[in-house]
Amino acid sequence: MTDIAQPAPAGPLPQAYRWLRANLFGTPLSAALTLLVLYALIRLVPPLFDWAIVKATWTAPNEQACAAKGGACWAFITTWYRFILFGRYPYAEQWRPAAVVLLLILLLLASCDRRLWGRALAVAWVAGVIAVFVLMGGGVLGLSPVDTDLWNGLPLALILAVGGLALSFPLALALALGRRSQLRGIRAFSVAYIEFFRGLPFITVLFMAAHMVPLFLPPGMTTALLWRIEVAFVLFLAAYLAEAVRGGLQAIPRGQYEAASSLGLGYWRQMRLIILPQALRIAIPPLVGTFIGAFKDTALVSFVGLFDLLQDVAVGTNDPGWRSSYVEGYAFVAAIYFVFCYAMSRYSRSLEARR
Amino acid sequence: MTVPSARRRGSAWLNDERTRAFLFQALIFGAVIAVLTYLGHDATVNLRQQGISFGFGFLEHEAGFEISPALIPYTPAGSYTYAMLVGLLNTLMVAAIGVVFATAIGLLVGLLRLSGNWLIGRLALGYVELMRNTPLVLQLFVWWNVLRISAPGPRAAWQVIPGVFVSNRGVALPVPAYDPGFRWVLMALVAGILAAMGLAYWARRRQERTGQPFPTAGVALALIVLPPAAVFVALGAPFHLDMPKLGAFNFRGGVTVTPEFAALVVGLVVYTAAFIGEIVRGGIQAVSRGQSEAALALGLKRRHVLRLVVLPQAVRTMIPPLTNEYLNLAKNSTLAVAIGFADYFSVTNTILNQTGHAIEAMTLVAAVYLSLSLSLSLLMNLYNRHVALVER
Repeated sequence: MTDIAQPAPAGPLPQAYRWLRANLFGTPLSAALTLLVLYALIRLVPPLFDWAIVKATWTAPNEQACAAKGGACWAFITTWYRFILFGRYPYAEQWRPAAVVLLLILLLLASCDRRLWGRALAVAWVAGVIAVFVLMGGGVLGLSPVDTDLWNGLPLALILAVGGLALSFPLALALALGRRSQLRGIRAFSVAYIEFFRGLPFITVLFMAAHMVPLFLPPGMTTALLWRIEVAFVLFLAAYLAEAVRGGLQAIPRGQYEAASSLGLGYWRQMRLIILPQALRIAIPPLVGTFIGAFKDTALVSFVGLFDLLQDVAVGTNDPGWRSSYVEGYAFVAAIYFVFCYAMSRYSRSLEARR
Repeated sequence: MTVPSARRRGSAWLNDERTRAFLFQALIFGAVIAVLTYLGHDATVNLRQQGISFGFGFLEHEAGFEISPALIPYTPAGSYTYAMLVGLLNTLMVAAIGVVFATAIGLLVGLLRLSGNWLIGRLALGYVELMRNTPLVLQLFVWWNVLRISAPGPRAAWQVIPGVFVSNRGVALPVPAYDPGFRWVLMALVAGILAAMGLAYWARRRQERTGQPFPTAGVALALIVLPPAAVFVALGAPFHLDMPKLGAFNFRGGVTVTPEFAALVVGLVVYTAAFIGEIVRGGIQAVSRGQSEAALALGLKRRHVLRLVVLPQAVRTMIPPLTNEYLNLAKNSTLAVAIGFADYFSVTNTILNQTGHAIEAMTLVAAVYLSLSLSLSLLMNLYNRHVALVER
């Protein structure tokens, strides 16, 4: 508090000096740590920069040709990026999954803007989902049909996560309301459902969907693996989303329920008009957090036989010409996941800050 | 405002709240039971067609596959049940080691995030964002490939810190060698801890009664450290480390853990520590500044403010999410199946592939992970009820 009396610093140099003193060399310990970190950065960053940029090879027929320069072999990415992103989708038709990715990103971006929330956005989502299926699956409008086995890579991850979110949300609402319901039977059922799925590791749910669900289907009926996995996403995600919504419901003061009751509103109208609009607004940050988790979980579907981004990289590095390019491949996939997840977490944080 | 009371007379029975509640619940449960019966019927027909008989008898058969590492003696001649027990112990070992290290590193990360040093705060933030925004399985693949493919052979092993060697055969660590005299040191340590606990209890009682403080921390520390140290010196320092040394083909001495185990533990710890760091930071920041200002105004010393006022309140908000994070770590350890470490899930999965008993194997998987999580979840809910702020 003593700084207030001091005269304002003159010129940029003292200001920078003051900043350095306050933020990097405040105490002897802080100064020592700063120097230590700076030393480590000087030792680590230039070699990394060398590897990633200076000595990197951007085009080459195989990784053996990259070895000459000794740096990163980004040629693996420039050669394989179409396969990593879209997998085995017919090469000539790959504009279709590219359009799907673009469409889903646009819809997600539009949903982030509070001013656009409303009926028009809901209609856009329904239309968008139909467009995704038409574009990916084909068979109509002169588009050649493409089997779900060939829906790979990035569009697969987005369809699983976004589709899982959209389809599980109604179920999650019902479960959250059920868990807070006065009816004991309903409450017990909701709690059992939520705790069952939250207690299981996601990969075990995926294995159940892949290995166990076919046994429970009517004899002779087969379903595409993709849809079984999507159902696993929906059932699993619903439990976590329900908990996020429940958090929002718990944050509504009891006075709101009582006021709505005293206005003569029945249970459903109370929920629809008074409680849920407030609760969902509070629940958005944890909902976004759950969605980020679901998007990261799409990296697990390769273990049940779907071709996600990681599996596509594995196919690429199986090629004798690119055996040890997994570093570049993983870096590419990590960058894709990071961009999506970081953007969403920043958005969620901006919402929290506004409240 | 018109209250629709006239409508209530028409069909009073159907409009009674209790009747409706009963009918609504009966409807839902009827639907659930109908679906389950239908699925059960399908399953029996399917199993009959595939010639698989349902039942857990197969668990007594010989497993026939290797499990490494195993905490209890295991040979492929053991039964499936025994193999699953070995896997379960591996899961618990990974979870226990992971929780300890993730907490320690997470605490450090949280404090670094709050440090006044701009550079260190930024660096910690970068670490947290990188870990939280990429899939764990991708990180595990990176660690595993670093240990298996990028790491050199034993002869050129990286010596990370003196005595710890990383090679493509695994990570060789020094371990304390067993020494008969050392057990006296341990007993002195246990006695010291017990005495310190008794002292803390007595000091608290006395302070409650008379208001007289007692320098508990210092004396307790002395009680814990001094007796074992004295015994240690008296016995002529009976302690040495069993250091790994390069043999003909691999390391001898110490303990060598497999690349799979090392990758799983390191990956889980580094990933979970980022989440724990954020919990620690949030917990400390959640204590309003007024609390520490008020404590200072009451005349408490700075270190007492942190220990007596800020930390107890921070811990209250930290414990539930922390428990959740431990639970996540235990559940995430199933990703062992991705890199081939024999945890409970991968062992059961191997059994599933060998026998085809999908329903039974998956039921056993669900049973174990559910009882693990539910017991922790139950504790957490009890604790939450205990600490939650009560409204009316």
